[in-house]
Amino acid sequence: MTASILTVDDSASLRMAIRIALSGAGYQVYEAADGVEGLAKAEATRFDLIVTDLNMPRMDGLSMIRELRKRPAQAGVPIIFLTTESDGEMKAEARAAGATGWLVKPFVPDQLVKIAKKVLGR
Amino acid sequence: MSGDDPVAAFRVEAGELLDQVEQGLLDLGHQLGDMDLVNAVFRGLHTLKGSGAMFGFEALAEFTHHCEGAFDKVRKGQVTATHELIAVVLSAQDHMRALIDGGRGLDTAGDAILTRLDAALGAAEETALDTSIKNADRAGWKLSFRLPANAMTNGINPLVLLDELRELGEARIIARTDRVPDFAELVPTECHIGWDVTLMTDAPKSAIEDVFIFVMDDMELTIEPLATDEVPQSGAAEQTIAAQGPVTKPEPGEGSGPLAHAAKARAGESVRVPAERLDALMDRVGELVIAQSRLAQIAGGGTDLALRSVSEEIERLAGEMRDATMVLRMVPVASLFGRFRRLIHDLARETSKSIELVTEGEATEVDKTIVERLFDPLVHIVRNSCDHGLEPPAERAALGKSETGTVKLSARQAGGDVLITVCDDGRGIDRERVRAKAEAQGLILPSQQLGDGELFQLIFHPGFSTAAQVTNLSGRGVGMDVVKRTVEGLRGRIDVASRPGEGSTITLSIPLTLAIIDGLLVRVGTDRFVVPLAAVEECLELSLEEDMRSRGRSVITLRDRLVPFLRLRELFETGTRPDPFQKIVVVGIGAERVGLVVDQIIGNHQTVIKPMSALHRNVATFTGATILGDGGVALILDIGQLVAVGQAQEERLRAAG
Repeated sequence: MTASILTVDDSASLRMAIRIALSGAGYQVYEAADGVEGLAKAEATRFDLIVTDLNMPRMDGLSMIRELRKRPAQAGVPIIFLTTESDGEMKAEARAAGATGWLVKPFVPDQLVKIAKKVLGR
Repeated sequence: MSGDDPVAAFRVEAGELLDQVEQGLLDLGHQLGDMDLVNAVFRGLHTLKGSGAMFGFEALAEFTHHCEGAFDKVRKGQVTATHELIAVVLSAQDHMRALIDGGRGLDTAGDAILTRLDAALGAAEETALDTSIKNADRAGWKLSFRLPANAMTNGINPLVLLDELRELGEARIIARTDRVPDFAELVPTECHIGWDVTLMTDAPKSAIEDVFIFVMDDMELTIEPLATDEVPQSGAAEQTIAAQGPVTKPEPGEGSGPLAHAAKARAGESVRVPAERLDALMDRVGELVIAQSRLAQIAGGGTDLALRSVSEEIERLAGEMRDATMVLRMVPVASLFGRFRRLIHDLARETSKSIELVTEGEATEVDKTIVERLFDPLVHIVRNSCDHGLEPPAERAALGKSETGTVKLSARQAGGDVLITVCDDGRGIDRERVRAKAEAQGLILPSQQLGDGELFQLIFHPGFSTAAQVTNLSGRGVGMDVVKRTVEGLRGRIDVASRPGEGSTITLSIPLTLAIIDGLLVRVGTDRFVVPLAAVEECLELSLEEDMRSRGRSVITLRDRLVPFLRLRELFETGTRPDPFQKIVVVGIGAERVGLVVDQIIGNHQTVIKPMSALHRNVATFTGATILGDGGVALILDIGQLVAVGQAQEERLRAAG
């Protein structure tokens, strides 16, 4: 069974890049343009992995992660956030919110696939 | 990557990245051995290379690759950082800025820097020689880790981490369950288990740290080099015992100072012992228990109070030692069930079905050897469930079932047995097909009437397979008969239940047979027998009068339930007259009860099971023999058999009216 991944990002081009990279690696990829949409989609289907940007309109990534973790049905769903800061406060804050891991932007497709494989184990 | 032009955004980011690299290099110049700085520089160069390629800066990516490679070597301890190396990489990063700004005709300058880089690396490599010798002595890493409690909620799968470690080399993984709380306080979503891993690998420490990269900050992790002479010897007969409880807990106050204590605790947490040594220990404890009961008898018969007090002391110690030895062999079935997650995952992929594994009663403890021998039979059963039992998602949807099929593994203790159940919500076993096949193979006659339970037992017949089409997953008719043989080898039983369209349930009842058990010693005629205490539910009196009255039907009413009873005197043909006040020992397995009529209940008796001789091995109703304190022999009753006999007798009587 192919793993399903939700990518949440306000940049359509980045979403596209992520989709191309992950679907090329055999994952089923779904998209959402911001936290509100991401939350709604995650509630409708339990994804195997969520890859989200942090800085987004309407609802940012941090709030979305916090909202997701409030829901028992979303417990254990890995959430990877994309960040431009290679370390520091943002990382700590997102992890405290319940994120699983991170990927520093910019990244090459391989890095993203590697992270997805690492978290999913497949 | 905001803004309209991703390339412009990249230039800005790359500039910032190089600022960080530069700062890192300068700091490293002051602290040459600081691995954090080395890693920071490496990461910066690595990201720059990656994103450079992403945005079409091939020359930059190519050039950066060499510098990154150099720092990768430093990171892995193959070379040490030198001032010369830092100087070269500093000038290299100036060159990178020029490349990012889109400068042309820079190839010669770049090549010159790379030549200097190679020279610097060559020199650095020599200085690193002595550290690499150290590396050669290293056989791998010993690590010990514990994830933060919320790790699993936050999407970290410990199994995936363990798999990742296994990819680095041969791994010996021992779970530490010492911090698993009592059931009442257990929070199922939290990770209570820690792991000790012995990893035979050439991989550098950083590779291990990479595995834990997302949880490093919150977790407990120690990584120590594994010396060549510490490599555990492989061998199938070895048993790993995670020492738990008071047996090996380091005595408080031992050792000098907190450090010595910590080291001691870590070393004492688990011990590997070859299986035969454990068996030998078990044997000796058995002999000790026999000798102790003889001593108790001698001391109890005399008037020497000092001897009696020593005897009681020894009785207590022998009992504790027996318990401690038994615990050594017991492991929770969680270790067995855990191995099925991966199997289910693989099976789901191979069969293109969506399968969920649910486990229950993982804390149930079973003898280690039983756990090991149960794995293969369970694999066969689970495969059958996934392959033949569960329907494809489309079919399930059409039937109004959820598309995801469920396979449930559960374990619980019932009397002296452990019941392990594999339950699926698939289509169930096709009764007619089993019947047709059995008839075709001549296993049963077309006229023969069989109950479900009996009929389904036929699937364990050698060469029997109901799958219309043989798949590469579950057997070609081998397997299920092997399952039955293995389970019977453990003196267990298999029961199959199935409801068409709702799924099937296969239950393995495995006796908790340990070399020593607590028994109830009873007398029938002039002979003594041992009833395993775990199966005893209660003891009642049966007066001669009542005995006569119930002669027609051997049942007693016990709290509004009819319980059949067996007169052991008749069953064993002792040829003696019954005592005026006989006793009924009510024993049970699962939900079934049966009363055993005996002449006298002598009392509790610690029993060392001695297997029956080859000549008597096939005698049903006895599981073994034991030597009593006075040197006499008592046979141990096989409660499973007796319950079956009792229930059959009851059914016959009921059928007769």
